[in-house]
Amino acid sequence: MFAPNTLINSYGSGKSTIKLNSLPDDWLACQTRIRNLMILKRQFSGIWYFSKKHYMLKVFSNIGNYVMLMQKVFSRPQKRQIFWKQLIHEINSLGLESLGIVAFISVFMGAVVAIQTAYNIDSPLIPMSMVGFTTRQSVILEFSPTVISLILAGKVGSRIASEIGTMRVTEQIDALEIMGVNSANYLIFPKITASVLINPVLIVFSMWLGILGGWFAMSASGLVSTNDFIEGIRIDFEGYTIFYALTKTVFFAFIISSISGFFGYMTNGGALEVGQASTKAVVFSSITIILFNLVLTQLLLT
Amino acid sequence: MIEGRNISKKFGDHQVLKRVSCSFEKGKTNLIIGQSGSGKTVLMKCLVGLFEVDEGMVVYDDRNFTQMNFEARKKLRQEIGMLFQGGALFDSMNVEQNVMFPLNMFTSRPEDEKLDRVNFVLNRVNLENVNKLMPSELSGGMRKRVAIARAIAMNPQYLFCDEPNSGLDPQTSGVIDHLIQEITQEYNITTIVNTHDMNSVLSIGDSVVFIYQGEFWWQGDKSTILHTDNQKLNDFVFGTELTSRLKK
Repeated sequence: MFAPNTLINSYGSGKSTIKLNSLPDDWLACQTRIRNLMILKRQFSGIWYFSKKHYMLKVFSNIGNYVMLMQKVFSRPQKRQIFWKQLIHEINSLGLESLGIVAFISVFMGAVVAIQTAYNIDSPLIPMSMVGFTTRQSVILEFSPTVISLILAGKVGSRIASEIGTMRVTEQIDALEIMGVNSANYLIFPKITASVLINPVLIVFSMWLGILGGWFAMSASGLVSTNDFIEGIRIDFEGYTIFYALTKTVFFAFIISSISGFFGYMTNGGALEVGQASTKAVVFSSITIILFNLVLTQLLLT
Repeated sequence: MIEGRNISKKFGDHQVLKRVSCSFEKGKTNLIIGQSGSGKTVLMKCLVGLFEVDEGMVVYDDRNFTQMNFEARKKLRQEIGMLFQGGALFDSMNVEQNVMFPLNMFTSRPEDEKLDRVNFVLNRVNLENVNKLMPSELSGGMRKRVAIARAIAMNPQYLFCDEPNSGLDPQTSGVIDHLIQEITQEYNITTIVNTHDMNSVLSIGDSVVFIYQGEFWWQGDKSTILHTDNQKLNDFVFGTELTSRLKK
């Protein structure tokens, strides 16, 4: 048994990055520390393995719970008259109250797409009408259905999750169940139906405003004439692109409302958990939208 | 009459209820008492079906609730009224809409008839001119009374009250307790009240079930509870300064 300080000193040039003072005087203590570090490392890898396994279990359990909840949601409403009332209310609160933010984002989004396209056309062989064409295609195919849906996932998703989550933690959902009301159907079904009906309307509105924003930016900056821009908008227009965008929108609307409803409904605890449910609703809705965007694009455009 | 037979309930590894058997009679205010965490809320939620029992059964007047399917339960639940700890009034509806909710959902009566019923039950719980107020504009006691009005709007056969006195001053607690007792006797219904308030036990406890650490420990009434030699129950009942002085 020898002291490590002696060993290091014999090689030490005085410029060592290891401070000798930081080493323990006793070699046994040093060994113990190394052993503890090894145990800690093993424990950490164990925790990592356990948490990974635990995480996968949680994911599958959530998917199972989601499917079971949807079974409860998609049943015949107990009172049709009450369902229609709620549907109108939800169309107003989830759809019409989002008009402002959709309009604002769409106009600026269209303007930015048009400006960027105009500045990137260097070749005199490319006609300036391409700016209108590119703006139209970008806005209709991707920006309006996907970006606006992501914005709605934030606005509408958090609203749905926090509203239902608060009802859960204040026992309002239990009160519904005790009365004999199918609470999942009563609370979530009108929201899903309203989203699926109103979101395509919002997206069409967004497309129109996006292109209008592009035209406004071009007119104001003088980069492209109105005639060129309008000519570009009309080039090779296919009605299928609108169908494609609205199909995506319907899927995204379902994803936003059902996932947010699920996280709200499954809330357990208090105010903190309602906040967490709201965050999870936005995060998982956004991730699912991005994934389904890829799948739907592949399916619908090929 | 409501019966719980050998009810067991477990959450993870934690056994909350251990083969609890008890019965609650019609026309009486039946109280479930016990310390916090003893399992009385879980027992009540098992009785109303908000939690599924792991073992045992719940019987409502010879109808086995545990074995009922979703539709049969839905039908039976229309005979149940429940008062939750915080009232559980719907925040988006005013008082009138809250009380009218079960009537809208399960009856096809004309609007004016439903409104008459709403006003009747609100008067019954001594509330006037509150129809258009939102739940956030009500005091704790008023919220509880609106919740009672909503619970009795459909003429229930069974009334469950989960800690009706929590968060209320002693005087308002007394008003709520007596209201529950009056309604029970007036409509001849089976009422189960979950409480740890000894004032309630001594004033309205027609039948009292004591739960200790998830087990059925004692059953009696308000007159026998003060003279029992059950040590655990004595520790619970005479645990406060006021009740210990009362015993002396």
